[in-house]
Amino acid sequence: MKITIPEFCLVALVGASGSGKSTFARKHFLPTEIVSSDACRGVVSDDENDLDATDDAFKLVHYIAETRLRRRKLVVIDATNVRKEDRARLIQLAKAHHALAVAFVVNPGEDICHERNRERPDRQFGAHVVRNHTRALKRDIKRIDKEGFRYVHEFRSVEAIEAVEIERTRLWTDRRDEIGPFDIIGDVHGCRDELLGLFGKLGYSVRLEGEGLDRRVVAEVPEGRRVIFVGDLVDRGPASPDVLRIAMHMVEQGQALCVPGNHDVKLLRYLNGRNVKLNHGLDATVSQLDREPPEFKQTVKKFIDGLVSHAWLEGGRLAIAHAGIKEPMLGRASGAIREFCLYGETSGETDEFGLPIRYNWAAEYRGKTTVVYGHTPVPEAEWLNNTLCVDTGCVFGGKLTALRWPEKEIVSVEAAQVYMAPIRPFAHPPTRPGVVLSQQAMHDDLLDLDDVIGKRIVTTAMGRTVQVPEANAAAALEVMSRFAIQPKWLIHLPPTMSPCETSTREGFLEHPDEAFAYFDKEGAGRVVVEEKHMGSRALAVVCREEDAARRRFGVTSGETGALFTRTGRSFFNDAVTTEAMLERIRAGMDACDFWSRFDTDWALLDAELMPWSAKAQGLIKEQYAATGAAANAGLGEAVSLLEKAGHGGLDTAELLADFASRKARADQYVDAYRRYCWPVTSLDDYKFAPFHLLATEGKVHMDRDHLWHMQELGLIAAEGGPSLMATTYRVVDLSSEAERLVATEWWLQQTANGGEGMVIKPFDFSVRGARGMVQPALKVRGSEYLRIIYGPEYDLEGNLARLRKRGLGLKRSLAMREFALGQEALLRFVAREPLRRVHECVFAILALECEPVDPRL
Amino acid sequence: MLLTLTTTHQPATDLGFLLHKNPGRVHEAPLSFGRAVLFYPELSESRSTFAMLLDIDPVALVRGKGRGSQGLFDQYVSDRPYVASSFLSVAIAKTLRNALNGSSKERPDLAAKAIPLSARVLPLPVRGAEDLVERLFKPLGYNVEIESIPLDAKLSYLGDGWDVSPYVCLNLSGTVKLSELLSHLYVLIPVLDKQKHYFVDRNELEKLVAKGESWLGGHPEKELIANRYLRFKRSWTREVLARLAFDEAIAEEAASELSVSSSGYGSGEGHAGGEDTGEPREARKDAAEEALERPIRLHELRLETVAEKLKELGARRVVDLGCGSGKLLKRLLAEMQFSEIVGIDVSSGSLENAARRLRLDTMPGKQRARIRILQGALTYRDRRIEGYDAAALVEVIEHLDSDRLSALERALFEFARPEHVIVTTPNREYNAKFEGMAPGQLRHADHRFEWTRQEFAKWAEPVAERFGYQVELSGIGDSDEEFGAPSQMAVFARVG
Repeated sequence: MKITIPEFCLVALVGASGSGKSTFARKHFLPTEIVSSDACRGVVSDDENDLDATDDAFKLVHYIAETRLRRRKLVVIDATNVRKEDRARLIQLAKAHHALAVAFVVNPGEDICHERNRERPDRQFGAHVVRNHTRALKRDIKRIDKEGFRYVHEFRSVEAIEAVEIERTRLWTDRRDEIGPFDIIGDVHGCRDELLGLFGKLGYSVRLEGEGLDRRVVAEVPEGRRVIFVGDLVDRGPASPDVLRIAMHMVEQGQALCVPGNHDVKLLRYLNGRNVKLNHGLDATVSQLDREPPEFKQTVKKFIDGLVSHAWLEGGRLAIAHAGIKEPMLGRASGAIREFCLYGETSGETDEFGLPIRYNWAAEYRGKTTVVYGHTPVPEAEWLNNTLCVDTGCVFGGKLTALRWPEKEIVSVEAAQVYMAPIRPFAHPPTRPGVVLSQQAMHDDLLDLDDVIGKRIVTTAMGRTVQVPEANAAAALEVMSRFAIQPKWLIHLPPTMSPCETSTREGFLEHPDEAFAYFDKEGAGRVVVEEKHMGSRALAVVCREEDAARRRFGVTSGETGALFTRTGRSFFNDAVTTEAMLERIRAGMDACDFWSRFDTDWALLDAELMPWSAKAQGLIKEQYAATGAAANAGLGEAVSLLEKAGHGGLDTAELLADFASRKARADQYVDAYRRYCWPVTSLDDYKFAPFHLLATEGKVHMDRDHLWHMQELGLIAAEGGPSLMATTYRVVDLSSEAERLVATEWWLQQTANGGEGMVIKPFDFSVRGARGMVQPALKVRGSEYLRIIYGPEYDLEGNLARLRKRGLGLKRSLAMREFALGQEALLRFVAREPLRRVHECVFAILALECEPVDPRL
Repeated sequence: MLLTLTTTHQPATDLGFLLHKNPGRVHEAPLSFGRAVLFYPELSESRSTFAMLLDIDPVALVRGKGRGSQGLFDQYVSDRPYVASSFLSVAIAKTLRNALNGSSKERPDLAAKAIPLSARVLPLPVRGAEDLVERLFKPLGYNVEIESIPLDAKLSYLGDGWDVSPYVCLNLSGTVKLSELLSHLYVLIPVLDKQKHYFVDRNELEKLVAKGESWLGGHPEKELIANRYLRFKRSWTREVLARLAFDEAIAEEAASELSVSSSGYGSGEGHAGGEDTGEPREARKDAAEEALERPIRLHELRLETVAEKLKELGARRVVDLGCGSGKLLKRLLAEMQFSEIVGIDVSSGSLENAARRLRLDTMPGKQRARIRILQGALTYRDRRIEGYDAAALVEVIEHLDSDRLSALERALFEFARPEHVIVTTPNREYNAKFEGMAPGQLRHADHRFEWTRQEFAKWAEPVAERFGYQVELSGIGDSDEEFGAPSQMAVFARVG
């Protein structure tokens, strides 16, 4: 006997001890699908027959069952389940997770049960047990199908049990194997002309021909595309029957999918002869239908009746439901889900227009599946937390809207007229008075702690899953909330940068050869060598004007961008300087026609901002200059004491030479840090030297090579006046010894003239080598600059020998993780994902850079 | 980095006998962190000078000495290899042990005798507390001469503070026993430096008692010396002072003074920011604010007012947002009316302090069940604080950038939505009454703003209106006719 069950459901086996339930379960289900009460008794007590452990064992049974159901996994309950109350608990469990419950009653006869138990030494609990089971089962088996099981199958003989074959079918709501592209159309409400107009705009050719029974639809769809109707085809509008005709035809032809709307379902109830009030536009539909032949009504009835609450599509990436859907309902089936999909959720209160106040489920939605829905008319289709309402109130004189998927393009046609006056104006209520922001921007005003604290695992497009330990997240929380700028601006943080391997050349700790060798080994082919500026890393979000800041970043403070450091702090302490600097950068962008060439009104630039002393004066004073002052004072006096002792006849020559060379290095050290300090008396004294054009509207430019970045930014720098500085660079073909030599010579010259050094990057922004991702950049710093890092005396040969041993593994792994997170943050931002998704990545970068602290007390 | 000792005692060449170091050659003594070079740059009957140069290995300080070993510091660039610090004390103890202990094989009488001696130490880190040098050495009978060491005068075009480095060259002279001079230096150099290159354990307490036996008990700065020497382990300070003191009474007095002055270290400010522990800079900021407000006991009064208000409102389950080191929590815990108390702060350092202050580890179970402290930030929605009777934000909002206030408003009034919210913040108008405050200066370096009474009302009233609360504003502390009270409070009550 072939039995079909849904591939997601709760299966309750029902039968006395010895009836063969476990054997049955093992034959038809995976071991991981079966939750056996005996096994759970064993887990909690080491004895599968310990009746004292029954309560605890069932807690475990229910816990496992519940967890599997929550994860949308089939579960089989292998317990006697002979009493009605045991089964009621299971049905309740299934219901809570929108799973169908199926009962298999395994009943080979009491004698067989006795016989089997006799053969098993561990089952010597007496015949009365089976007798009680059988009695309990008999008592209410007749009404078992009233208990809430979707299907009940009873097998009354060993033969029947053995003949069972089980086949699993997909739930109707689970259409994950259907792949787009789709055009998802909002509530039509009988607006046939607008629908036809929208089809035209979408590239479909749809028309209606003939009258009465002959009236038919001719539809041609663009190659590969399909329509999805989000429901509410009927009511209020002038031509509900034609709209139905179009939808039914296209669904029948496989050109469209359709989910039911509340109005469609109410029409069905009317057609089924139920007593429904002819209001809210149903009256119009009824009178239009009265002019249609009765066969048409029958077809409509059948059509609506066959519609499934929602459609879960494209491997789970997309879902369509009329009034929306919550994540735990996706691809499942229950009365509650159908109810939600048709009507949404209301708070039970009514507003001043007497309409129910809707609970905005989308504000709480956090799922990965994009949900497109209708039901609630809104003035514009606007993304909120990966959901989109495409009901733009056509019948109320708004427009009819479609979402092109996966392009995420919104296409609308205006309503030809107001077919019905709206009862309440359909506008989003602002959460901040007087502020016009998108729904998403308003929602993003407040981030949720749950999205940043605790151990975090972030999956990135680069294919790397990055873990952030809880202790790092705890440390980052303090930095982020006390010192970082408004998170709406903070869409990226740069990765740390590893130096090259240490050089073995005499007198050098770093040298370009090692960086060239690294990239050569990784197969980069060409590299871009860029001058490394010695300032402070600065990220600049530049908006074309204030309104772009509001529209794209949801910032209403009047700021036109942000300048922030690699730890997310504002670069300047005052807004006036920030704005003035942004204005300079913007001027450079205006002058090179940046905005129209990139079709954007904002950009993110990655740069170095000089002088070093502008941002780091405190550090220079307290750490660098202080060390220099101490070294010079101490070593200076030591030298003169040794000289004095030498004059006095002691042999101090060797010591004197030693201390004198150290004193000389202390002087060089002071010269080294001084080189990167200069006074700032006006904006002209700042130098902003950009080297990455990271993102503009809709695009993350990390797919462009560094030559492109240098050229684009060179244009801006050339036009940006004295505050902007171009970064010098050259492209080096690693296979050419000559090119390497020229670049090395350049490096030697630059660093001899006081330059910090250079950054060597693979020609392409991100490169996958034989052993995974290649470092996005390596720094090769000049000998004098390194004095600032490693101290005045680092290049004494004895010191150098030890400093050459440095582990780069951790730094490089950190750089890669941060690089992946930074790119991911931008990809999410340009895809207009909710801020929490962007913030998650940026927060993770900051956390990786933080010293961990104990998060628990 | 270096120490020189000079005597004009006749014959000055006896210095060699006192130090047990032959003037005829240069001595090199290996030390765990490098070496000491010992020699006499000047040697005559009338005047002799001994010099000790420390040669500290800067790489080993970071890398450690051998394979896989850990260094003492994580920064290569540091003044440690170049300054007179605890390294110098260790070098004195290791290379001049006999002299330090006052013994001399050849000249025992001279070692026990006060002779004209001078010492020169450089560079000595004093970190802005130059007056301290005199306070430490003058009472011991020295002439003290301080030469300042410039920081980097060439960079003075960048702004102030480039002329003077945190180091000085110290010159001491007096008639003193060599062993005394050496023990004074041994103890007081690390005291001035405020850092030690090794872990301070109980041995350190014994060393202090031994080296300070003859002079520390009578030194007017003995608390400060002991406290700094023992890296602020106050119970040890008390013990040292008790052992050095002539009778218990003096020690008691010392101990009680200490606990008063220590309130300047460690904060008690209930703000969202991080507080003291291990972060002296934060502590300094907090201390500055407390010092301003101390004469009027403002913080105590604030906490008292808030706790009373919470009682009066009949709240049982309360959240202290920005609980800092837990001063308000402690008060609330003492009142049985509060059945559940939650303290939230963003700084894990503060929370650790709070846990210590409240003795959470050893708190009896019933009481422990009433209180929780959690890390959280007020600019994020926090589901853990939803549904409480009341929330208190004592001196918190002024630590947030004003563009982050809208997030706090929503997190607090829209989502956490307690029945009552109490917010206190300084009244900027009153700053005029504080001595030593420049116009426009704020009470705490981390305050992002301070509001006048009118500005506070301009914030509180629309917030109440928007989120369905009623608000009442009042002052905390004695009210001045013109400037109002030093602190101000808003009590929000949810409508419906």
